[in-house]
Order: sequence, then C-alpha cells, then structure tokens
Amino acid sequence: MNIYVLVKRTFDTEEKIVVSGGKIQEDGAEFIINPYDEYAIEEAIQVRDAQGGEVTVLTMGGEDAEKQLRTALAMGADKAVLINIEDDVEELDQFTAAHIISEYLKDKNADLILAGNVAIDGGSGQVGPRVAESLGINYVTTITNLEINGTTVTIKRDVEGDTEVLETSLPLLVTAQQGLNEPRYPSLPGIMKAKKKPLEEVELDDLDIDEDDVEAKTETIEIYLPPKKEAGKVLEGELADQVKELVHLLHSEAKVV
Amino acid sequence: MSKKVLVLGEAREGALRNVSYEAIAAAKQISSGGEVVSVLLGDSVGELATELGKYGADRVITVEHPHLKQYTSDGYGQALLAVIEQENPEAIVFGHTALGKDLSPKIASKLQIGLVSDVTSIEGEGDAAVYIRPIYSGKAFEKVKVKDGIEFITIRPNNIAPLAKDDSKSADVSSMSVDITNLRTIIKEVVRKSTEGVDLSEAKVVIAGGRGVKSEEGFAPLKELADVLGGAVGASRGACDADYCDYSLQIGQTGKVVTPDLYIAAGISGAIQHLAGMSNSKIIVAINKDPEANIFKVADYGIVGDLFEVIPMLTEEFKKLKVNA
Ligand SMILES: Cc1cc2nc3c(=O)[nH]c(=O)nc-3n(C[C@H](O)[C@H](O)[C@H](O)COP(=O)(O)OP(=O)(O)OC[C@H]3O[C@@H](n4cnc5c(N)ncnc54)[C@H](O)[C@@H]3O)c2cc1C
Ligand SMILES: Cc1cc2nc3c(=O)[nH]c(=O)nc-3n(C[C@H](O)[C@H](O)[C@H](O)COP(=O)(O)OP(=O)(O)OC[C@H]3O[C@@H](n4cnc5c(N)ncnc54)[C@H](O)[C@@H]3O)c2cc1C
Repeated sequence: MNIYVLVKRTFDTEEKIVVSGGKIQEDGAEFIINPYDEYAIEEAIQVRDAQGGEVTVLTMGGEDAEKQLRTALAMGADKAVLINIEDDVEELDQFTAAHIISEYLKDKNADLILAGNVAIDGGSGQVGPRVAESLGINYVTTITNLEINGTTVTIKRDVEGDTEVLETSLPLLVTAQQGLNEPRYPSLPGIMKAKKKPLEEVELDDLDIDEDDVEAKTETIEIYLPPKKEAGKVLEGELADQVKELVHLLHSEAKVV
Repeated sequence: MSKKVLVLGEAREGALRNVSYEAIAAAKQISSGGEVVSVLLGDSVGELATELGKYGADRVITVEHPHLKQYTSDGYGQALLAVIEQENPEAIVFGHTALGKDLSPKIASKLQIGLVSDVTSIEGEGDAAVYIRPIYSGKAFEKVKVKDGIEFITIRPNNIAPLAKDDSKSADVSSMSVDITNLRTIIKEVVRKSTEGVDLSEAKVVIAGGRGVKSEEGFAPLKELADVLGGAVGASRGACDADYCDYSLQIGQTGKVVTPDLYIAAGISGAIQHLAGMSNSKIIVAINKDPEANIFKVADYGIVGDLFEVIPMLTEEFKKLKVNA
C-alpha cells in the first residue's frame, strides 16, 4: 500500500507566546510535529506493518522542518519529502498550502493519505479535506478507528462526542483525532536508521508551480495577544464565607447568574 | 457595497441549532444591507424554514432528498454547490461545528476560494469586514481579510449573538431539487452519546470536572449544581480517559469548544489543550485543592479547596439565591 502522511511542523503552544512587530516571535521557541499528525504517522506505520507497503511523510515548509521529518522517519516512516517554499512563497494561507501539497501528490497514486484533524497553531483544519478534494478522492475527518479490508475501509469518527461508524473505500484521505492510537516514541535504533533514510527536497519549480497560481486568498493583517486578564481573585477566609462571597460576586458583580 | 450572503442552517434531532441564527447575524453584518439567504439541507426540513425568517433571513432555500437524511460531505457538498451555482453569493457563512468543519474546506477547494475558519468576531461590514479568529490554541488572535473572491467563513458557536427573534418577520421559502448521486461514504451507525438536556456547546453555564472528581459518582454533585443553574456538565480529558464520564463531555482542543457566561472548573489542572476549549468563557471559576494549579492563572475567581466540600455548598447557596429571587 502506498501511504502518505501530511506532517506539519508547529510551534509548541505549551510554550509562552510573544508577539513583536505584528508577528509571533519564533526565536528560541520549541517546534514539534503537530500532535494530531503524530497519530497520523503512528496509524500509517501500523497499516503498513499489517498490509505491507511504504509510508512517506510529507511536509511543506522551510529547511527547519527537516528535523520533524527525521523524527517521523525515526518513528518508522520509510521516506520523507520536504517541499521547500522558503525562497518562493511570501504569503501563505490554507489555499496555498493545500494547492502546493496536492500538486506534489497528484501523480503519486497514493492509496491512503493521513493528516492531522487540525494544526494547533493555525487551527483551521482545512488542509486535509482541501487536499482530498483537489485530488478528487474521498475524505473522512476526525477518525478514531481505521480498518482496511482490501479496498473497503471501515471507520469510526468522532462527531462532537458521538461516534459515527461508516464504510468507504480506497483511495482515501483521513484526518486523525486524539484516541486513534498511542503514538510511539522514536527508539534509539530508529533514530540511527532515520539518518540514512531518503529525504527528498523539492521546490515549486520542480512541481511546475507558478507563484501566482498559489497566491494566498486571505491575508492576516494583525496578530495580537488577548488583553491580559487581571489576576484572578483567589478567595480567602473560612470556606463557608468564601462560598457565600463567590455566589455574591457571580450574582452581583459579574452578573452571570 | 452590499453583499448577497448564503448561510447554512444546521438542524439536529429535528430542531435548528442556535449557531444557525448566529450565522444569520454574522451574515447580516457582512451583507451590509444585502440579501441573506439561508439554506437547509435534509430529508425533511421544510417545517424548520419559517424559524429562520424570524431571526433575520430574507429568503430560505430548502433542498430535500433521501440521501441528505444523514450528513456526508459528498451529499451535502453536491446540494450546496448546486445552490451556490444558482444563487451566486458574494459571501458564505457556516457554523464551525463538526459538520461545518468537515464540509467547508471541500466547498472552498471546489470553488478555489479562501476560507476563514473558526471566526469569533467580525469588525466592520460589507467590503470592510475583518474576521477575528483564535490561533496558537487560543493563546493569540489574528485579524484576517479576504483578498478577493467569495468571502467564506465559519463561525465558532456561542460567540456572535443572534438577532432578537421577531415573530412578525417571515422569509420567502422555496425548495430546490438537486440530483444527489455517487455517495462514497455510507453511514452504518451513529452511536449517540451526547446526554439529554442542555447542549454543552451552547450552554450559558458549564460545570466541568477533571481527574480530581475521582469517579463516575463524583460527577453527581456537579450535575446537581448544573441543574440548579440551568447549565450543562463538561469534563477534561483527564476525567474522560479515567472513565469517569463519556468523551462526549470532553472540553478542549480535541473535544468541544465552549464559551459560556460562567465556566466552573472543578478538579481540573488547566492544561493548554483544555484551555483551548474554554478560555474564551466570560467568567471562569476554578476550584482546586492545589493553589499552584495552572487553572488559577486563567480564572476570574478561585477557591483553593476540596471540590467535594465546595461544590455542594455552592449548590446550597445558589438554591437560596433562587428562592430569594
Ligand atoms: C509568510 C508565512 C509563512 C508560513 N510558513 C509556514 C511554514 O513554513 N510551514 C507551515 O507549516 N506553515 C507556514 N505558514 C502557515 C500556513 O499558512 C499554515 O500552516 C497553513 O495554511 C496550514 O493551515 P493551518 O495551520 O490552519 O493547518 P490545518 O489545516 O489546521 O492543518 C491540518 C493538517 O493538515 C496538514 N498540514 C497543514 N499544513 C501542512 C504543511 N505545511 N505541510 C504538511 N502538512 C500540513 C497536517 O496534517 C495538519 O495536521 C506560514 C504562513 C505565512 C503567512
Ligand atoms: C494532542 C492532545 C490533545 C489533548 N486534548 C485535550 C482536550 O481536548 N481536553 C482536555 O481537557 N485535555 C486534553 N489533553 C490532555 C491534557 O494535556 C491534560 O492531560 C488533561 O487536560 C488533564 O486533565 P485534568 O486536569 O482533569 O487532570 P490533572 O492534570 O491530573 O489534574 C487534576 C487536578 O485536580 C486537582 N484535584 C484533585 N483532587 C481534588 C479535589 N478533591 N478537589 C479539588 N481539586 C482536586 C489536582 O490538584 C489537579 O490540579 C490533550 C493532550 C494532547 C497531547
């Protein structure tokens, strides 16, 4: 089976976020594989181990994203592809990202493509379904279980807490929800092996993409932090008095009950 | 310039979801005096159409088909694209619900247009509209403009207020027939886990429990407090993973995003993935026995203490308040 995983390098949002000059400050920040993409990588490896085939991890970004690709290779993916846009693309939105990724994938005959259901930084959840639609294949989002039998695929997906059981077929793109599996940590031998696994780098020219064709449709005009919340009021005194005070505050001051 | 705006209405178990009305309010602002057209898809939705007019829709288009009984991106996609082709809207608004999240990128990709997802507020109107959305798990916000083409957005439920219901208003309702073929997904079964009562993502008061609740029975006092306040019970991932409650109650990045007037977090430490689902709540109360817990950093009011003592006392106080009111 020919399997691709879309992997995004993201800012670790557990870190402190600093905005300067209208941009999120990236110097010294931690970058990780988007957590939902880790579920996608793990699932891809499990499917390959059960069915045979090859797992290729694919990212679109800058040179720095090589690190996340190596981590995915260390987990057990077979090959990696970096679509390096650093020198070509100045503005980027989900349209651009999906368009470039689809152009790469269009002649790869993937049987199964896995992505994360949402990136924890950009947070739109658009890229997976957009790629599927461009490729003309079906997609299923927020999956928590995947079973493949020949070309028949049975899936459980999370729909706001309800579980939908559905049947579809390959080729298919799915997006991973938490609960799908427990992603493995790269093992030491895995890390050693990853260094020798193929990592291909391509640029827009190689994909015959003209910069104008992928011009962003939307534009971020400002990034800002939410107004700093005043330090909350931790109540003091006898517990019974605290409870009375809280009810009073919620009723008379905040007026929410 | 005024714009014609198309809005997707969403029904669940035979009733319209609130976000359908919120989307009309958003559409009104974007339209700047232009026409707002609501679309309802399903196997039998005609009866719901009149409600939409009372909340501000100028026109309602229904598409009814047996294949639209259950949502599939293929079925809904075909129906909606047919409506879009007929109506030629200049803007489109969906709710950022499970359905909206799944369907909107397909439509945007098909039309080769931008899409601004998970919008929590809108500044300006018409051509000057700017969309505000949370990024970085809710730790920052961005303002986005659509450069050209149709303005397509999804709105986060419970953030943009619906217009006041006006019973004297009504919309023209028309039905459209669309051929729906070649569904690539067959829904075999839907296991409903959502509890009866107040819809968590639309509740004005949410009482959420975490691993500190310690057992399934531990949720009983929270439920009692929620009932007194007419609210809903929610949970952290920690509580769900420990089997104290069902995953349908989970709040956060992986679960539901809620924006109630009052959010009470009991026995929840306040991990970033949890905060991503509730930090926009109007008032946050933390009850935790660890004074260092991260949840106190986002709370407006905090009580350091045992939730099993505090919650029942709160319930009693609120009961007194109700009696006196
Ligand atoms: C000037 C500029 C430069 C930017 N440079 C980068 C960059 O170098 N790298 C980057 O990731 N973002 C970059 N971005 C952000 C970029 O616009 C978004 O990452 C992209 O549009 C995806 O949107 P999202 O974050 O909402 O992802 P979502 O749609 O929420 O992502 C869902 C899933 O899609 C897949 N996916 C998303 N993005 C990628 C990707 N880049 N490669 C592979 N799979 C992906 C993943 O599986 C992910 O889990 C840049 C933005 C600007 C304005
Ligand atoms: C990709 C990913 C996605 C995730 N998505 C989500 C998500 O959507 N939602 C989510 O919630 N989490 C999510 N998580 C998990 C998250 O990181 C935390 O592990 C989780 O929120 C912890 O739950 P908790 O606060 O209930 O448990 P804990 O962190 O164990 O906290 C329990 C708290 O209860 C307090 N306590 C104990 N006993 C009492 C008592 N008697 N009275 C008062 N206080 C008491 C303790 O002091 C402690 O602060 C995600 C994680 C990952 C990696």
